[in-house]
Amino acid sequence: MRDGRVVKGLRFRDHVDAGDIEALAARYREEGADELVFYDITASPEGRRLDRAWVRRVATLLDIPFCVAGGIRSVADAEAVLAAGAEKVSVNSPALERPALVNELARRFGSQCVVVGIDSRGPPGGWRVHQYAGDPARVRDAGRDTLDWLVEAQERGAGEIVLNCMEQDGVRRGYDVAQLSEARAHCDVPLVASGGAGSPEDFSEVFERAGVDAALAAGAFHDGSIRIPALKAHLLGRGIAVRP
Amino acid sequence: MSGPVIVDTGGANIASLQLAVERLGRTAELSADPQRIERGSHVFLPGVGAAADAMTRLERTGLAEVIPRLTQPVLGICLGMQLLYEASEEGETRCLGVLPGRVRRMSPAPGRPVPHMGWNRVAHGRPHALLEGLEDGGFAYFVHSYRAPLGEDTLAACDYGETFTAIASRGNFHGVQFHPERSAALGSRFLANFLELP
Repeated sequence: MRDGRVVKGLRFRDHVDAGDIEALAARYREEGADELVFYDITASPEGRRLDRAWVRRVATLLDIPFCVAGGIRSVADAEAVLAAGAEKVSVNSPALERPALVNELARRFGSQCVVVGIDSRGPPGGWRVHQYAGDPARVRDAGRDTLDWLVEAQERGAGEIVLNCMEQDGVRRGYDVAQLSEARAHCDVPLVASGGAGSPEDFSEVFERAGVDAALAAGAFHDGSIRIPALKAHLLGRGIAVRP
Repeated sequence: MSGPVIVDTGGANIASLQLAVERLGRTAELSADPQRIERGSHVFLPGVGAAADAMTRLERTGLAEVIPRLTQPVLGICLGMQLLYEASEEGETRCLGVLPGRVRRMSPAPGRPVPHMGWNRVAHGRPHALLEGLEDGGFAYFVHSYRAPLGEDTLAACDYGETFTAIASRGNFHGVQFHPERSAALGSRFLANFLELP
């Protein structure tokens, strides 16, 4: 999300408009999406808080869970988003700035409400966490090893990890199975794969080979190249348990 | 008697329940006032967070005394359901005790991380008005780390390595472990069924 619209980039750059927030939310609800995640991508790089007016509008519309990310820097920020009707909050750059934020959120709302998003890239085995990935001009190595941060985030109370594999983002050649498999081995809470989905086979591959609990995609859904009912039929055909 | 009321348990995301009731064309007032709650036609007891915190809040407002005496339909949701049992292992908390049994922590296993978060099947046990029109084995959205035991109050169960109570009912007290407000059509129908209970 940027300026009240849904946008999608390529490797976290060159974002283009993908439509109206509520129209897309309603479409995904109808098509059978199991959960929606909304990222206010420029909130943290710009040092501002998330615009919450749309959270309430989306909450009114949706009867499936949704998670909100972007610019949540305190318990009060998270409280406002949850009070507006979101199910979970996801923290990324602010948790890197101040890791105790994860503990505070888990203590106040319970781990099940607290998702830690990790933007990661690097050579296989040497993945590094990146910060402010929503802004190409400000993105930087956060000074942490991805797997170390993944473990620390769980110890601090994260109830779910979304691993955004930056090299794959928007490329649509499949998820980063190697990185996600390694993450899985270090992750005792639900792990969500993100970055690289281009076909239904990419989803079945990441479930079967990396053992993730969920797979997230954006661009391929936004432009209709993957339809959710067809994707679910494919996964059910492969014997992967999904809500039909 | 007035309309449905949601007990303000201090949870941060009560709004999603209120909005789900509104999607059914009804309204539910949010209140922590015992007198208002006693007058509600239907009472929702929601809750996220920790059992001990929630019970402390109910005790402080006098609701821990009031809720077990209510005679209208009461629905505990997620942590709210767990509070209806005798006790919870979470913080060794004594709960409201309108349903027999103890709530215990779920054990993680390979392929089954805890918290249990996501869509899972709800298998029906004995028939009940709450299950009217719900698909047996239909999917609902769960988010929890503790679970209620199976017992004679179990209306529906869920299997996540271990089988636990997904929907419970005893007299006018009902509980649901999943989040009906976020369980698409199945959840809406469940909430509608509850609001239809006499």
